[in-house]
Amino acid sequence: MSAVQTGIPVPVPNPDNQGFWDSCRQHELRLQRCLSCGAWRHQPRPMCPECHSLDYEWARASGRGTVYTFTVVHGPTLPVFQERAPYNVVVVRLAEGPYMVSNLIDCPVEDIRIGMSVEVVFDDVSETVSLPKFRAVK
Amino acid sequence: MTSLRDRAAIIGIGHTEFSKHLGKTEHRVACEAIAAAIADAGLTPNDIDGIVRYDIETNTELAIIYSLGIPHLRFFAGVTSGGGAVCGTIVLAAMAVATGQANNVVCFRARNRGKRSTSGPGKFGGGRPWEKTPQLLTDAYQYHIPFGLVTPAQEMAMIYRRHMHEYGTTTEHFGMVAVALRAHAARNPNAVMRAPIALADHQGSRWIAEPLRLLDCCLETDGACAVVVTSVERARDSRQPPAYILAAAQAEGPIHIQLADYFAHRQEETGGRAVSNQIYAMAGIEPTDIDAAMFYDHFSPAVLLSLEDYGFCAPGESGAFVAAGNIAWPSGSVPVNTHGGSLSEAFIHGYNHILEGVRQIRGTSTCQVQDAELVLVTSSNTDPTGAIVLRR
Repeated sequence: MSAVQTGIPVPVPNPDNQGFWDSCRQHELRLQRCLSCGAWRHQPRPMCPECHSLDYEWARASGRGTVYTFTVVHGPTLPVFQERAPYNVVVVRLAEGPYMVSNLIDCPVEDIRIGMSVEVVFDDVSETVSLPKFRAVK
Repeated sequence: MTSLRDRAAIIGIGHTEFSKHLGKTEHRVACEAIAAAIADAGLTPNDIDGIVRYDIETNTELAIIYSLGIPHLRFFAGVTSGGGAVCGTIVLAAMAVATGQANNVVCFRARNRGKRSTSGPGKFGGGRPWEKTPQLLTDAYQYHIPFGLVTPAQEMAMIYRRHMHEYGTTTEHFGMVAVALRAHAARNPNAVMRAPIALADHQGSRWIAEPLRLLDCCLETDGACAVVVTSVERARDSRQPPAYILAAAQAEGPIHIQLADYFAHRQEETGGRAVSNQIYAMAGIEPTDIDAAMFYDHFSPAVLLSLEDYGFCAPGESGAFVAAGNIAWPSGSVPVNTHGGSLSEAFIHGYNHILEGVRQIRGTSTCQVQDAELVLVTSSNTDPTGAIVLRR
């Protein structure tokens, strides 16, 4: 999982999401959790949509979830991804509630099922960026 | 309470030839379509004092008035989103003419999406937005593009897979939509794709992003469409039979990324469901009153979800509804996309659907629904979105 994959478009963190990408770089999954009402949220945003508080922490998530939906991409797609097609993209519903777009690793596309249990792993795609990916929990 | 109900009408429609490659700039096709719509309305550019466009449209108001010689604009606006914008342009135009902010408003979409027109920087303009993805992602794209979720087909495949899982919808149901729309296009001389297809052709076409196959995907077309909207009072003297705007509305929410409600727990929460409630309440009608529907169809299963969102069948029952022949002209209970839609007539970001809605009201469609009185036209039903009901 440590091979540097060049050519993938990568995130440019900003003050609202720096904690998310920094934690991924440290191979920890941290999500925003409201310090006022305790609600988890992803994707990152400055304000809690439940109680409108601007105060949050980057709380350690369990890294566990289930596959909510998925696609198997054949293309056309960006050249950097086309060379690995067919590949999967999944939406994981995290144990904490929020959804996250990701990939399942070490899983043949024909074995992917909605509802399967998954856990987070990290993929270092550049010198500075690690992506949260998932693998099936046996 | 003031309402947009019956305050405005579409009195002119115009479009270019539709083709995979016209060899014209987006500026040129916009001018052609707008000039045709103004002429159809029996007006001249001097009569136009409002313009509404998609906010991603490459032709600015300035470019349009500069070429058409429109002397004085009083109202101009852009609507958020691509496929979600379609009917929102009519909402804004109707508001403008109903409140006297403008007399005659042009609404349009011009787009060169054909591959030969768009590869590279492109002297014809246009293009597939995803092909221009930057290497550094500063917006919400950063939460999905690094994982290879790049194109509209891939984004929407997620929603359709979930629908299959929850309701037992099959890719054969997707195919039945594609087959029905192609049969409509076969009668339409403007359509890019007119050769009839069978379900086996759909099932044999290549995967794009499972569960979507090639024949589930809209065309990639060069061309433009335009309409002229005016007040009901002015419409009474118009050259063409007016298509009165009985209802018009927009909706967005609760949460979305790009085309797909990844974070909504159920499809019932789409903006399409919300705008459906809004327009039926404004129009004072039921889905069964609708004579024909022009649904935004970037992908064939979008028609399935729209049938549910707009109340033509219960959630989860759209596959069986289509299998029973309900969307096919002339015998279906609600013929859908009688011009062939984005799947077979042309992909002008949904704008050709408004023109076909007007034709049904005028009685000039090549798949004319007999005595059509009420026609529904929608924007892409995952939010942001919008819809209009046209009446004779």
